[in-house]
Parts: sequence; structure tokens; C-alpha cells
Amino acid sequence: MNCPGQLSEWVGLAVTGLVLGALYAMIALGYTMVYGVLQLLNFAHSEVFMVGSFAGLYALKWLGVDQPRSGIGLILTLLVALVPAMIFAALTAVGMERIAYRPLRKRGASRLAYLIAAIGVSLFLSNLFLLMDGKSHLGLPFKWPNIAGAAPVAMPPLLERHQVFSVLGVGIDTMQILIVVVALGMMVILDTFVRKTRMGLGIRSVAEDPDTASMMGVNINRVIVVTFAVGGLMAGAAGLLYGMNFGVTQFNIGFIPGIKAFTAAVLGGIGNIRGAVLGGFLLGLVENLGIACVSAQWKDVIAFAVLVGVLMFRPTGILGEQVAK
Amino acid sequence: MSGTPRSQAESPAPKGPAGLRAQIDNVGESLRQRYRALPRFARWGITMALFILAALLPHFMPYLSSRSNYWVAIILKIGLAALLALGLNIVVGFAGLLDLGYVAFFAIGAYTYAIMTGAVRFTLAQRESLPNFAELIPTFHMYFWLILFVAMGVALLAGVILGTPTLRLRGDYLAIVTLGFGEIVRIVARNLRDITGGPLGVKSIPHPAINVGSVHYDFGLNNNPYYWLVLVLISIVIFFVHRVNNSRVGRAWAAIREDEIAAAAMGVPTVRMKLLAFATGASIASIAGAIYASQVVYIDPQIATLLNPTFGSIIVLSMVVLGGMGGIWGPILGAAAIIFLPEYFRTLGDARFLVFGAALVVIMIFRPQGLIPSRRRAAELTGHDIHEGTVFETQHGVTSA
Repeated sequence: MNCPGQLSEWVGLAVTGLVLGALYAMIALGYTMVYGVLQLLNFAHSEVFMVGSFAGLYALKWLGVDQPRSGIGLILTLLVALVPAMIFAALTAVGMERIAYRPLRKRGASRLAYLIAAIGVSLFLSNLFLLMDGKSHLGLPFKWPNIAGAAPVAMPPLLERHQVFSVLGVGIDTMQILIVVVALGMMVILDTFVRKTRMGLGIRSVAEDPDTASMMGVNINRVIVVTFAVGGLMAGAAGLLYGMNFGVTQFNIGFIPGIKAFTAAVLGGIGNIRGAVLGGFLLGLVENLGIACVSAQWKDVIAFAVLVGVLMFRPTGILGEQVAK
Repeated sequence: MSGTPRSQAESPAPKGPAGLRAQIDNVGESLRQRYRALPRFARWGITMALFILAALLPHFMPYLSSRSNYWVAIILKIGLAALLALGLNIVVGFAGLLDLGYVAFFAIGAYTYAIMTGAVRFTLAQRESLPNFAELIPTFHMYFWLILFVAMGVALLAGVILGTPTLRLRGDYLAIVTLGFGEIVRIVARNLRDITGGPLGVKSIPHPAINVGSVHYDFGLNNNPYYWLVLVLISIVIFFVHRVNNSRVGRAWAAIREDEIAAAAMGVPTVRMKLLAFATGASIASIAGAIYASQVVYIDPQIATLLNPTFGSIIVLSMVVLGGMGGIWGPILGAAAIIFLPEYFRTLGDARFLVFGAALVVIMIFRPQGLIPSRRRAAELTGHDIHEGTVFETQHGVTSA
């Protein structure tokens, strides 16, 4: 234990934590919304995130980004890159619902069957990207497209990192501002969508009581598809931002953020949309302040300890399990 | 076919793939019925004959293949995998809990053995070139048998610590907590350099030996004794599982798996029973880990990863699911298939996880009861919503399974 004495070090860690927390929160929203309507823990959500980061990467390459841009060019490029990242991620999420979960739902399968199918989908997707390395696999006569592969793929540098302003002697850079702004913006849009629109009402009613909702004329299948799609859109955007933040993406990039985001969702109260946001920021903060005193190698252990601690002392999370509210 | 079993006579088998599937199930069912109809001594005889046949397998190998050593190694791998699959089956198949950190307990067993035999101390001393490192070379000894129990105890303890907060809650939490736990064990094994040997792993882990009076037997590098040890352990687990299945505990597990709230209302101590299943599974994995470490001599933190290509949590889960949850022969067949297939079809190699992932989904949709279904489990898993309580009404004979 050798905690730093200077305030600026603590603030620096807190800032990094909040930025990561914004990303966790975006992923956690997908977990929590799907959990709200289906009571399903969608393990494969981390792969939706991964697909989003790759889609964003190829969108940036397609746009010919090879050096940092600025001004209007930066904003336009970013918006154009976000679209495929979000759409491909949403398509992945909807696809897994169609192919894997809906047949199970029709049959009224047990929770265990859902969970096993979800882990199967996750395994399938991440290894699909692992195998797309431009070589032949499985004895098939063609070469697989060279998209991902085992090694990390570098993200084109869209944004130059430089300090914009400083808080208590800690520099805040452009990337950090970008992430927090995009994340907060999307969360506000999502919150409004769920609270104000007709479809949002449908989502809330299905989360409350699917049978009654169905009797009141809510098309449950459509609500579920929309829920998966919305979760996918958020995860896709988070995937692109996460990739830009760390400069790389990889076939297994979703695994750790996936577990963290789930922890965030539980921390805030699973099924609770605002809880997921709060949980995300809080978890990012806690795990980063935690490594101030111990080595950074233990960061994942801290997040995990938070999860076990929450489950032990307050399993309903901070804001409670208010379903999709 | 003479002596048509009752179940086949009652309903004419439908045509097409569904009919073929039904026929395969009927063959299994008729075998099961015939076996049950035999007198007690005949059943014992068959069991013993199977055991002896399995024990002699390494001796038959030279007649079957010119690469007999290779195949004995594969059979040993299958044996270890089967032991793990039977252990996980208690957790997933019997109690209906999804444990995704199973390999963590395997790693705990392996590391307990490596630490307690002094292999870690030797590895560290050699790495730092201490003057006396040669004196620290761990030698084979009888402690293996003692450490096996210690490893079991450590995993039991870890299972209880992990399970107590999580098993009070919905099953999904266990899945994610165990998933995280697997990662934690790997991180701890990597970071606690002085205790576990760090990321470079541990080497010179000693082989077990028997040293009683005038009997001296060193397991050494030969695969056969490990295979026999695993075989004995599998037999013990099968016996245990068989007995538990028909006991109060087995019925409690079935009740929890089918409807936890109803089980609690009927006075089943659900948390304690789930904990029992979870910890039993953990200790079996731990034993398998200790044997594995003593056989391969070298371990590193990577054995605790989810995607460890032979014994990772997902692989073992695939074995249980493919073979059939809740039975005995299902997980064993699943283990054999999943270890054997990538060996036989080399092209599967890197793509095995892709195939297994897809297989998990397909099995859950089309045949959730697996290749060799346990009757009771099959009724629960094939489209009868447990929460609507239709299992007992629609599937005759389920309650007597």
C-alpha cells in the first residue's frame, strides 16, 4: 500500500475512471434493457460491442482517415463512422435474438438453456472474428476475409490527443471530452426515448408484465427486437469510442468491458436504465481510484470484488431493480 | 426386432429425421430397460467387466494402432476431461446452476499441488539462480495422496466463499460471477509471483508415487498409471452420482432445478443444497487439476483461461451439454467426443471454439437434452415450460425417473 499523497494524482485517476465509466455505462444499458424485457443475461452483448468497434474501424479506413482531422471535418467523419458502427452492432444484436433466442422463447425453454445459448453465441461471434484473418480454416476451399484475426488491429488516428483545459492540475484531453460528450448525449436520447415515446412505453410495459402488455395490444416481438437494437446501437458507439481511446481493437476486446458493464448494471440495479448509467460511472471511478494504492495489475480484481460485494450486501443495486424505468 | 421394448410398441415412430432421433432414443431406452431387468449379480458383473475392459485399454492399444503411446495420451486426456465433465454435470445438470468459472477450480487444484510440493520454491530459486537451488528439486513422494485432499479442501473453501453470496440470488448472477472468478484466478496466479511463480509458470512439478513398506512405484512419465488413477476416480464419482441421484439430496437438486420457489416452499434448504452442488463440483475439478499438474510437470496461469483449449470452462460445458445434462454416460461421451474430434479432424484446430459455440446454440434449440438424455432432464428441457408446471402432467414416468 503506497497511496499517492498528491491531490492531482487522485484527480487524474478519477478522470480516467469517469471516461472509462462512460463507456461501461453505454454497454451496461444494453445488458440492463435486455434483462428488463426478457430476464435474460445476454452474454453475447460483449460481442455486439466488439462488432461495433470493428465496423467503426473499417468505416474510418473507408473514409480514408490516415491522420488526425480537426474542426468540421472531424465532426463529420466521426458522425459518418458512428453510423456503421452502431448499425452493424444493432444488426448483430437483432440477429442473435432472431436466430438464437427467439426459437428458445417460442419453446418456453428454461433459463439455463438461454444462458448456454447466449454463451454459445458469444463464443461463436468472437471466434468468427478470430478466424477472419485471410487464411483458410475448417478445411473450406476459400480463404476467409482478412478483417480481424488473432492480433490487435490498429485504429486509424482520427483524433489528435491534446490537452484542452485542466482541472486541479490535471489535463483533460480531446479524446476524453469526446467520449463523455457522445456517451452523455446518447444516454439522454435513450432516456427520452424510453420515457416519452410510444415504443418506450411498450418497452416499459413489457418489462413490467409481458402478459398484461400483450393483452393491451403491445407487440411483444417488436418490443424485444427494438430493445436488442437499441442496446446494440449504444454498444456499437461504445465500441468505436473504446477502440479510438486505446488505439486498437481485437476479436476478444469485448470480454473484459462486458464483465465490467454487467457489474455496472448490477451495481446500479439491473433492469434500471438510470441505474446502469450511475453504475457505469461509479465502477469506472472505483476501479481507477482503487489502483492508486495497489498495482494496476489488480484493476480487474477490484471490479470483480465490487460485483461480489454488491451481490452480498445490496443485490438489488443502488437504485433498485426498477425495471426499465 | 425381437423383444420390442414397451415404449416403442406404444407409439409408432414418426418418419424422417425426427423418427430417426426417436429410434436412437428408443435403442438407448431399451438398453436401459434390459439392464434394469437383469438380476443384481449380472448388473454387477457387467459393471465390473466394463471397468476391467477400460482398465486394460492401454494394453490393447499396441494392437489397435502403431502410435499407441499417442492414443494412450489421448485416452488419458479424455479421462481427465470426463472427470471434469462429471463434476460440472453435478453443478449444471443436477442443480441447474451455470458455472462458467469451472476451470478456475481446476487451476486451484493444479496450483495447490505445485505450491505444496515445493515446485514453486524450486522454480523461483532456479530462476533467481540461488546457490542452493539444486537442493530444492522436489522429489516424488507419498504426499501426493495427501495433497489431493488438501487441493479438494482448498477448492471447497473457494467454492463456498464464492457461492455463499451468489447462490442466494438468481442463477444468472452465478454465471457472471464465476466467469469473473476464472479471470481473477488467472490474474492472481500471474501477479502473486512469490507464491505462484508468476506469469512464467511453475516447472519440475513432481510425479506421484506409492511407497508403502516394500512397494515402491513411481508414476513417472508413463501415462498408464495416471490413466488408472483417473479411471478409479471416475468410477468413484459415477458411484457417488448414482447414489446421490436417488437420494434426498438428488431429489432436492431436481426440485430446485425445476422450480426453486416451490422447492423452498416444500422445505428444501435451497441455498445449502445449491452450495453443496457447487462445492462438490469445485472439489472434483480441483482433484483433476492436481492430477493434471503432476502429470504434465509444468503449469502456468494460462491454464485458468476460459478458452483453455482442452479443459477451459466453455469446453467442459460443451461436453456436458453435448452429451446430455443430468446423466452419467452423457458427459463421458461428450468428453470423449470433444477431445477426440479436434485430434482426429486436425482442420478443426483453431476453429474448434467457433464450432462449439455454434453447437451450443443449435443443441439448445433442437436437442437440449443432449446425445444421451437423462429421462427426467429431457422432459424438463424439451419445450415444457417448467413454470407452468406441465412437466409432471404431460410426461408420464418422469416422476419415477
